[in-house]
Amino acid sequence: MNAAQGPEAETVLRLSGITKRFGTLVANDAISLSLKRGEVVALLGENGAGKTTLMNILFGHYTADEGEIEVFGKTLPSGDPNAALGAGIGMVHQHFTLADQMTVLENIVLGTQSLWSFNLGKARARTKIRQLATDYGLEVDPDRMITELSVGERQRVEILKALYREARILILDEPTAVLTPMETEALFATLKKLVAAGLSVIFISHKLGEVQSVSDRVVVLRGGKLAGERTTSEATRRELAELMVGGQLPINEIGPSTPRDILFELQSVSTGSLGGAALKQISMQLRGGEITGLAGISGNGQAALAALIAGTLEASEGDIVVHGEAATKWSPRAALDRGLGRIPEDRHATGMIGDMSVAENVISEAYRSPRFSRFGMLDWRAASVFAQDIITAYDVKCPSPEARVRLLSGGNMQKLILGRALDGDPDIILASQPTRGLDVGAVAYVHARLIEARDRGAAVLLISEDLDEIQTLSDRILVIHRGQLSRPSQRGELSVMELGELMAGHGVEEGAHHAA
Amino acid sequence: MRLEPRPSSSLTAKFLWPTGAILATVVFSSVLVMIAGASPFTVFWLVIKGAAGSQFAFLETLTRATPLVFTGLAVAVAFRAKLWNIGAEAQLYLGAVMTVVIGTGAVTLPSAGLIPLIMIAAMLTGALTLLGPAVLKTKFGVDEVVTTLLLNFIVLLFVSMLLEGPLKDPTGMGWPQSKRVIADAQLPRLIKGKRLHFGFILAIASAIIVWVIMKKTTLGYEMRAVGHNAEAARFAGIPVNSVIVKTALLSGGLAALAGFSEVAGLKGNLTLDLSPGYGYTGIVVAMLAMLNPLGVIAAAIFVAGIFVGADAMSRSANVPSYIAEVMVATSLLTMVAAIMLMRYRVRWR
Repeated sequence: MNAAQGPEAETVLRLSGITKRFGTLVANDAISLSLKRGEVVALLGENGAGKTTLMNILFGHYTADEGEIEVFGKTLPSGDPNAALGAGIGMVHQHFTLADQMTVLENIVLGTQSLWSFNLGKARARTKIRQLATDYGLEVDPDRMITELSVGERQRVEILKALYREARILILDEPTAVLTPMETEALFATLKKLVAAGLSVIFISHKLGEVQSVSDRVVVLRGGKLAGERTTSEATRRELAELMVGGQLPINEIGPSTPRDILFELQSVSTGSLGGAALKQISMQLRGGEITGLAGISGNGQAALAALIAGTLEASEGDIVVHGEAATKWSPRAALDRGLGRIPEDRHATGMIGDMSVAENVISEAYRSPRFSRFGMLDWRAASVFAQDIITAYDVKCPSPEARVRLLSGGNMQKLILGRALDGDPDIILASQPTRGLDVGAVAYVHARLIEARDRGAAVLLISEDLDEIQTLSDRILVIHRGQLSRPSQRGELSVMELGELMAGHGVEEGAHHAA
Repeated sequence: MRLEPRPSSSLTAKFLWPTGAILATVVFSSVLVMIAGASPFTVFWLVIKGAAGSQFAFLETLTRATPLVFTGLAVAVAFRAKLWNIGAEAQLYLGAVMTVVIGTGAVTLPSAGLIPLIMIAAMLTGALTLLGPAVLKTKFGVDEVVTTLLLNFIVLLFVSMLLEGPLKDPTGMGWPQSKRVIADAQLPRLIKGKRLHFGFILAIASAIIVWVIMKKTTLGYEMRAVGHNAEAARFAGIPVNSVIVKTALLSGGLAALAGFSEVAGLKGNLTLDLSPGYGYTGIVVAMLAMLNPLGVIAAAIFVAGIFVGADAMSRSANVPSYIAEVMVATSLLTMVAAIMLMRYRVRWR
């Protein structure tokens, strides 16, 4: 895709020796990077490698402690987003920055005009937006409200916003995280047109496949440092992965499954909404010895389903059947008493109590059992021993059972949650986004434990927005769309694109004949 | 300006920030003292002397600290579970009402039976006072700050009505006051001829019991879990609403003990000026103690000392004793700031 690029192409952006410290943490350590005209550079790295920090410095949200930024040969004043905008840098954030109750057009012109001008010049703006949209394949109606748009369309608005302001350098922060496979393809097509027109793109990602298909050059960050730089066409996937992780990539072997009895069942269950879609009369069965993966785009009812099974959201109709017995009163306590192990989506808000110690956190589901308390008096020694057991068994990096959970990294927190949820070998396991935000090592660890649980006969429900994860681990795959489920498919039965169609809602509502 | 959480606060920081808070309070009050035309050194010396300079002064400080320990504990317990009980004043008064209802002759028992009976009845009354706001909060999401605060005024008017009507002392020459509690209902004095009474021992014992509850029992664990992160507590199967109700009962009961101990131990009867805002000052005490039940004892003595000392000071120096209110209020503000600075670091862009 390097149409406008050659060895002699002009360098449009140069970062030299950027260092940023937060307290004792060095988020960026002397990072240098250059971008040429018509080039897509992928910034690859795990969560916490310093990618977003670096881009925030470039865009003026943060001030670098050391180093210099040069755009089109001119030094960029630090800490000033307006200067970055003026120099032709446009940024599309992971979380969109759009005003929901305004139209596409209004969002795009917002802030581009003087407060003293009497009209918005909407007609001219509309023509310009239409032109940009057709040129780059960013079709979206300028007069629709943001609330009416899909996530993919909102992202197009963000890109249009940058192009409208004459951006010559576009930074995309994890742009595919919220997209379906089809939308991702469309985005990549747009990027090709942009670089052909002479723009330059920095594409932030931690997904190797994407990086390989979209970029010309890859810059890998690890632990805040520059780990390496490769021309995409000359680098292998393995090489990039090892640069990113800093060593051998842990690989989980997953053998064939041996399905057993149905342990958990939902029968035409509906719920209220929980931010995203509400569940509409869904039925599902979880068998022992199987991992059932639930794929879907964020906000389609995954949160409601997870909360329903965990016991924090009540069903408005339908039955929950555990071990062949309908549960009359369902609650977190009931779920625990019937042997469910639950890994919540949000470890900070739901999973752990940050201001309490490791020991206090790991007993939170079992503190009333005779193991940890008698006559209402807690046995802190037993709690401490249990915490130490989990710390050892799950290789949690923490100073002591008395340490505050807030001080632990996401991966270590997740290991504690795993230890708590898997204590006593539960035979039904709900894992909701269990690897979100974890580094590759921790991801592999979590996967290994889930596979282990499956192999000893537990029924595992894996809810994830990462299609790779779903496809790797799941013996059966369900797709959720607007609160309804597709028919289950077996491992390997459907391609990524076919799953993507289900995720976009083709064939889910109509009884999933298409999928069958 | 941004706040970044500190990874951990060192022991020195835990000591230095509160000390700094006290110093800032002293400096600020000094300015006011100078405006009033006196020397800060003289005034503070007189305050310290008035609070702890003699056996009489010190016993008076402990006497004044007694109700503050109870209300401080009530607030500390509630705030720990993030139940914002601003109504300790109302619970105190209703505890006092129950004390005179039973203690003025309606029940006659020997002291060893009567005093525990009154105590339990008073605690129940206080507990029930806070039950209403707690149920409104858990069932309907009604903000307890509003309900408990407004209940203070309702209760005070209710007590006023009682003192003009059913509880009015017929021999009180028309004053709005209750009959005196009978001898068997009175708490003994700790030292003959001094005002310090058995209520102080009860207050210390309560603080120790509350400390044990918070640290060692499942209830205390539940309360802390709910206070720190109610969503995570609920997810883990902790019955959040029932914990909030239990917290309310405990908190209300503790605040009512302040009313009981003031009537049965010190005043002997109920008047409308039984509490000069002990319920509200309990909030200051609890915050100064950083919600630690044992810390409440020290904080209550500190705050009581300022009040008693300032009273004595104003008699000799020509500075109004209102300076005590200013000092207590300022110490609350500086302490809250100090607690925040202990946990967060301020970054200037």
